[in-house]
Amino acid sequence: MLVTERERLREEITALADRHGRQRSALIPILQEIQRGHLQISDYAMQVVADLLDIHPVEVFSVVSFYSFLDEKPKGRFIIRLCRTISCDMAGKAAVARQLENDLGIGFGETTPCGRFTLEWANCIGMCDQGPALLVNDQVHARVTPEKVHEILAACRRVFGIYAQEQKEEHAV
Amino acid sequence: MNEPIVNLATFAAMSPDAGLRAALQKSRADIIGEISASGIKGRGGAGFPVGVKWNLCAATRGTQKYVVCNADEGEPGTFKDRAILRAHANLVFEGMTIGAFAVGAREGILYLRAEYTYLRPELEAVLAKRRAAKFLGENVCGKQGFNFDIRIQLGAGAYVCGEETALIESLEGHRGEPRNRPPFPVDTGFLGRPTVVNNVETLAWVACILQKGGAWFKTTGTDKSTGLKILSISGDCARPGVYEFPFGVTVAKLLETVGAPDAKAVQIGGASGHCLPSSEFGRAIAYEDAATGGSIIVFGQQRDMLEVAANFLEFFVEESCGQCTPCRIGNARLREGVELLSEGRCSMRYLQELCALGETMQAASKCGLGQSSPNAFLSIVKHFKDEIMGRVSVASH
Amino acid sequence: MAENNRKLDDDTSRAPVSQRGHTVARVADTADIGALVSVNIDGQDVKVPMGTTILEAARRIGVRIPTLCWHEDLCIAGVCRVCVVEIEGQRTLQASCAYPITAPLKVKTHTRKVRQARRHIIDLMLSEHYGECYSCARNNNCQLQALAQEYGVDFFRFGHPAAPRHEMDLSSHSVLRDMNKCVLCRRCVRTCIDLQEVGVLEAVGRGDQTRIATFMDKPLKDVICINCGQCINRCPTGALRANDPTDEVWAAIDDPNKHVIIQTAPAPRAAIGECFDLEPGHALTFEMNTALRLCGFDKVFDTNFSADLTIIEEGTELILRLYKALVEQDKSVALPQFTSCSPGWVKYLEHFYPEYIPNVSSAKSPQQMFGAVIKTYYAKLSGIDPKDIVTVALMPCSAKKFECNRPEMCDSGFKDIDYGLTTRELAKMIREAGVDLPRMPKSDFDDPFGTATGSGVIFGATGGVMEAALRTVIEIVTGLKVENVFANADITPVRGFDGVRVVEIKVPQSGPVPAMFKHLVKDWKWLEGATLKVAIAHGTANAKKVMENIKSGGELAQCHFIEFMGCPGGCLGGGGQPIPTSPEIRAARARAIYSEDQAYAVRKSHENPAVLKLYKEFLTDGPCGHLSHKLLHTHYTPRGKYIA
Repeated sequence: MLVTERERLREEITALADRHGRQRSALIPILQEIQRGHLQISDYAMQVVADLLDIHPVEVFSVVSFYSFLDEKPKGRFIIRLCRTISCDMAGKAAVARQLENDLGIGFGETTPCGRFTLEWANCIGMCDQGPALLVNDQVHARVTPEKVHEILAACRRVFGIYAQEQKEEHAV
Repeated sequence: MNEPIVNLATFAAMSPDAGLRAALQKSRADIIGEISASGIKGRGGAGFPVGVKWNLCAATRGTQKYVVCNADEGEPGTFKDRAILRAHANLVFEGMTIGAFAVGAREGILYLRAEYTYLRPELEAVLAKRRAAKFLGENVCGKQGFNFDIRIQLGAGAYVCGEETALIESLEGHRGEPRNRPPFPVDTGFLGRPTVVNNVETLAWVACILQKGGAWFKTTGTDKSTGLKILSISGDCARPGVYEFPFGVTVAKLLETVGAPDAKAVQIGGASGHCLPSSEFGRAIAYEDAATGGSIIVFGQQRDMLEVAANFLEFFVEESCGQCTPCRIGNARLREGVELLSEGRCSMRYLQELCALGETMQAASKCGLGQSSPNAFLSIVKHFKDEIMGRVSVASH
Repeated sequence: MAENNRKLDDDTSRAPVSQRGHTVARVADTADIGALVSVNIDGQDVKVPMGTTILEAARRIGVRIPTLCWHEDLCIAGVCRVCVVEIEGQRTLQASCAYPITAPLKVKTHTRKVRQARRHIIDLMLSEHYGECYSCARNNNCQLQALAQEYGVDFFRFGHPAAPRHEMDLSSHSVLRDMNKCVLCRRCVRTCIDLQEVGVLEAVGRGDQTRIATFMDKPLKDVICINCGQCINRCPTGALRANDPTDEVWAAIDDPNKHVIIQTAPAPRAAIGECFDLEPGHALTFEMNTALRLCGFDKVFDTNFSADLTIIEEGTELILRLYKALVEQDKSVALPQFTSCSPGWVKYLEHFYPEYIPNVSSAKSPQQMFGAVIKTYYAKLSGIDPKDIVTVALMPCSAKKFECNRPEMCDSGFKDIDYGLTTRELAKMIREAGVDLPRMPKSDFDDPFGTATGSGVIFGATGGVMEAALRTVIEIVTGLKVENVFANADITPVRGFDGVRVVEIKVPQSGPVPAMFKHLVKDWKWLEGATLKVAIAHGTANAKKVMENIKSGGELAQCHFIEFMGCPGGCLGGGGQPIPTSPEIRAARARAIYSEDQAYAVRKSHENPAVLKLYKEFLTDGPCGHLSHKLLHTHYTPRGKYIA
């Protein structure tokens, strides 16, 4: 990481810590915002958080490693979490899983080389009456079929089209 | 596509905030008295009497107390809290406000599981409206000196945080590892302060009870399980969804309602609950009989019960907090035992050993998660021995 | 025992509020605090104070409940579940270590249900515990092994790992980790984060993937480990152990061309008997000398010699600093001066308070001073080429292994100290040599350094360095006999186990200063009537309190001299000492050390004849002189907290 990037990250986290308060109970909200913004909580970020909250970096690592929605390794821009618990399992999650793997070219627990998609298993996401269900980031999709997998991914990819363009325009300015 | 079935008729019939207005006219003791009179027990699964919990918290000294709404609905097969928060968030926040007034809390926290992040904007909107209408903030509803507000904190993906002390640990910025009890949260909770933790549904019912009275609540249900219960029913049935039933309803009646005439077994209480074979469908949904926090999963004739056990154990192996020995290692050994069974390589002696291990896990684990994690395995072994033993595995051919 | 008496409101504790104290007394009415409650355990009635745990109550009446994650020095965890008991009227078993009695209870400690649960729990641990007892550093001193034996484990009910799952971390000079043997009792975590406030180890992951890890799973050498080894002392199994150089030491002994010298520090003598089944508190100083010669060491020297030397150098440095600061008004002088003999503390400071490095005395620790003196002065005296001298240091400490491997510790032109041995490792060597240590005849240390002073001996206990320094400083500054200031020369205010102790001593007069020191400053009158303010802290959690106080300009910033020891209890509680450890054991070792001090004819460092001779013959430009600076002083490395 470049020094300037580090400085920027530190400033950003400092602002978060000031907003949430510099106490231990602010730890998870701060980490969630870092995760959202950076798709990971890097080792440097963990150390900055630890420093600001006056705890040890290993304690931050310990917390990050405990929760499924926090990760020290970079995730894709879209994290697809397919529920594998019993009701979704019985409703046909296996076919959806296979199709996700086919369409993304990765297995569960992996991220596409372009960094756009991460595929993960989830434990019960509370959509048992409408399984198979999956989450794309915060959004829930119910009664997913192998055919619908393509639509869901296509919708995500469209976002990238616009996103990529927006970035290009930004650079042109 | 069919709209999901959500039957929350009683909640829908309530007048907005009538319960809160009624509560604010009462003394704290009278509110708790009303709750106690209703006989309501916690709807999250553990079934602790709400009146007793509130009374313990109200009796503690100190001005800094908390009311926490446990919206970390993670039990497999449970989705009723999602439905309640979608349709009747006002009722839940009303219940929290009543609780705060009764125990003397100034701050409320809704701990919302990360998987329900999509509910947050609408919940924040409800809170904003309530603040604008003076149902939250300084001098709630004009009640001088009663200041109370609610914030939402998101979970970060851990089933165990549904356990109240793990939830508190998580709120404090720690790993969601259950604490030793005693002390209980009612005197040593969030940040060491007295804290009441109640389930979403419980708080909604509290608002109803204050509106309609404890006696009204008791008109339904059984002696030991008063009132109505919101159930989430899924699995092999024609009409899965969220239903309202009086406690005491039989499993057979549920199956009839959701359209599962030919069920092989029903899982009552989710992964941590018990599996009932068809011979036990006459049993009643109640704390004293077939207890559930709301999860009912129906298994059709075609289901392999060993696969069901494997799915649940996989869940616990991952979702155990990893703190205590019986739960952390016990579930891993049970899962391996299921593998042996599915390969047809498990002796009766070892199966009995695993069942004894399950009993140890029930008795010696640190928290409710560990204590209930072997339930599904034990009940499947108990009722489906012939199905799960002596398998001829594909590999052995 | 005041030590480690962690209170509920102790806000430096990182343990959850509900789990900080040994006793989590929660009484409804404040009037009940201190009240008694009766409990029936296995049919015996006993009255205990409210909040006493079932485990403590059972111990009072001689009922033994097995434990594993429980440790007297640590906050409660209640995670291993080995100590479960049955309470009448309760559906589930309760962990007796974590269950405070606040109302009358009926407890049964060994029902069938309890025995089966314990047996299962042990079986479960063994089903994840990879490793052979034969090849384990903790063979015969392992709580898991003992439990397996106690509960009659005769086969692996739930299997046993055939292959390791974790790579060992052998990166550190001091502490080695083999997570294949870890039972996740988290005693190391509580030691590191809560007892020592260092924060290297934590539980990471969830479910069956839970493990104890460093930050981002980095090797121990790359994180902020201070090498104190307190985690080793509290590990119930062989998952944590010291980096053991005994094979290299034996090889040096077996090499006829090597002249192998061992120096022995004061704390190991007071504890090594525990490795030979003696009760804690038996010093075996002179028996050990005989044993060491039988093992084949060519010379046995007393680290107390260099402890005395340290006092002279560090005391001189203090006087110089005080003179510059108080008389010459030199604002650049860093005060208070911090001691430098504890390598755990030094590395802690380098990581957490690098801006205070100027405060640390530049004098090396006694171990390192001795090494430098041996490979220069002694080599010349004895006519042995220093390259053929192998210096071994017997220390109560795992951090000393790191210290002797610091690259800057080569001022003699060679590695000042070649190997650091712990008390445990030496006990092993002595046994390997077939020597029954407690029955050895006594023999003295070797010349030319001979037997040192009582001041050196008390270095082993917290407050000892301060007491030794004060004995010397008071005498050289006032010209009075310290016995006339403190009865029997025991400066008791600095003793004890309180975490932080502050003592003020008035300098009544300035007297004739001995010739060795007289030239240091122009005049000594400025000390007349001055008050010397000193402090003592042991355990890095207490060191942190002191440092935070200084940083915020608190009372302790006004101190002149502060003794810091990295380990609770000082060196006698070091990470290389016999296992187990507890406040009682450490107190017994302290008693052994102080009674040994009494037995010395010479009890003040500046009267040590061998030290005086060294200054006369070798370090001729005196304390803090040119040669002493070259050989006996060092510098430190600002490391910071950031982990790359």
